Amino acid sequence: MQKNIAGTEVEVDAEGYLTDMNQWSGDIANAIAEELHISPLSEKHWAVINWLREQTANGVELNIRKVGASGVVDIKEFYQLFPGGPLKNASKIAGLHKPTSCL
Amino acid sequence: MAKIDKHICIIGAGTAGIMLANKLANKFEVTVIDPAKDHYYQPGFLFMPFGRYKAEQLRKSTTKLVNKRANLIAEKVANIDFQNKKLATDSGTDISFDVLVVATGTRTDPSMTEGLLGDGWQKNVFDFYNPDGAEKLHDALKDFKQGTLAIQIMDMPIKCPVAPLEFTFLADDYFKKRGIRENITIKYITPLSGAFTKPVASAKFGHMLEERKIELVSDFYTEKVVETENKVVCFDGREVIYDLLVTVPVNVGSDLMRKTDIVNDLGFVEVNHGSLQSAKYPFVFAVGDAADLPTSKAGSVAHFEVDTLAENIPRFLEGKELEESFDGHSNCFVEMGGGKALLLDFNYQTQPYEGTFPFPGVGPMKLLQPSRVNHWGKLAFRFIYWWMLLPGRKIPFINAQMSLKGKKIIES
Ligand SMILES: Cc1cc2nc3c(=O)[nH]c(=O)nc-3n(C[C@H](O)[C@H](O)[C@H](O)COP(=O)(O)OP(=O)(O)OC[C@H]3O[C@@H](n4cnc5c(N)ncnc54)[C@H](O)[C@@H]3O)c2cc1C
Repeated sequence: MQKNIAGTEVEVDAEGYLTDMNQWSGDIANAIAEELHISPLSEKHWAVINWLREQTANGVELNIRKVGASGVVDIKEFYQLFPGGPLKNASKIAGLHKPTSCL
Repeated sequence: MAKIDKHICIIGAGTAGIMLANKLANKFEVTVIDPAKDHYYQPGFLFMPFGRYKAEQLRKSTTKLVNKRANLIAEKVANIDFQNKKLATDSGTDISFDVLVVATGTRTDPSMTEGLLGDGWQKNVFDFYNPDGAEKLHDALKDFKQGTLAIQIMDMPIKCPVAPLEFTFLADDYFKKRGIRENITIKYITPLSGAFTKPVASAKFGHMLEERKIELVSDFYTEKVVETENKVVCFDGREVIYDLLVTVPVNVGSDLMRKTDIVNDLGFVEVNHGSLQSAKYPFVFAVGDAADLPTSKAGSVAHFEVDTLAENIPRFLEGKELEESFDGHSNCFVEMGGGKALLLDFNYQTQPYEGTFPFPGVGPMKLLQPSRVNHWGKLAFRFIYWWMLLPGRKIPFINAQMSLKGKKIIES
């Protein structure tokens, strides 16, 4: 379905995850972060977001363990940055599909 | 029929290895290597804690299950030399091959979690994914009369991802039958955001937990277990106190594969999702729980994968192009307690929907709905497993590729 986020029409799924990571922008990230009460985004947040996008672009399926081993953050910090469900929330802000690593 | 003069080596005579060996043994030179003398029907482990089965009812001698035309070697593979297409067993025997199939499964590794192998291990902390742990949990459950039972999943993926949920439903039922359910709090702790991995089923299971007054603790990625204080701790500081902890430790690939260069961080073999072939070494395939695939690690899935390999290995040996025919098809019964079960059917692309199975609109089995027929189906599966699945016979009416006929599609 279509949704207007930060003034742009984007395609999202029922839970609000972007279905095409190329429709994403920094403004969209900020808007979603605000909705999730995770704002303002710090440099550390952006480092994680960029890493997640890079991995996804390379076809890597993400999970918390991999983020913990990324060298960007450890799992504790990851939870602090994106409280609740860190991978879920970070992926949403990063314009990625809902993590499917959990089969 | 004359055999084709090529040697196929299968490491692991588990569900997948046995099925594949039995399918190929009449046409090729097949060797299966596994040190395990007995093969267990693992879905039965779920019922052991409740006293329905004893370990000896769930095992058969591996030799009896493998086609006599295949060579069965009861040794452990210690090393694989991909460059020279040969492997070595722990007794020092070298075996060369034209095709290598990795079917070494997965196991739980409690040492991966801080504190799990502490003072409480196998006293009030149990892992039922093996016969020994399931048996010990049976004794602990018998004595458990009040307090908090926590069921906890450490990480994903785990084999049979519905098993912890089934355990939870069966425990609820077990306590009710003993008339002590009121004295017991049940908590279900998962790193997932809901009760299950796929959205429609997750909502359904979430509702079923609620109905049974089972507390769902989600997005809980465990940092450590502090067994001196009977608590599990999440990376964000949340804690759950238990009296009895039933845990599914981190699932990893075999030690053998973990030291090779074709596995992911947990030791699962990276292969093409449709053809099951390794990109690095085209003569290597992985099947069953050992493979890194975005679908469930389950016996039913292994069965569908074996169908793909039984086509692809001959094609590979004849120099033909492989078929990417495996679609991630997974099909499993979920015990709900109270003599009912439900059935899930899904693949890489689609999630489990409601409907009937295997005949659209007729059934007799209902998808995603608890029913008695499904429960009988689950119990009958043990029979199907020994007499149809492992020998490599075709199961009537069930196709390797998933079908959407007779299903109610819900947009998510
Ligand atoms: C509690 C529980 C409930 C389950 N319920 C269901 C269910 O309801 N439905 C369903 O479909 N599935 C279920 N499963 C899952 C199912 O049992 C497995 O997915 C299936 O057995 C996987 O088969 P496999 O051949 O990949 O691995 P396995 O059957 O585990 O076999 C692996 C084999 O490899 C051997 N091996 C390992 N390393 C080496 C080595 N170095 N050298 C030689 N051999 C080696 C091992 O000895 C073992 O025999 C359940 C599992 C559990 C634990």
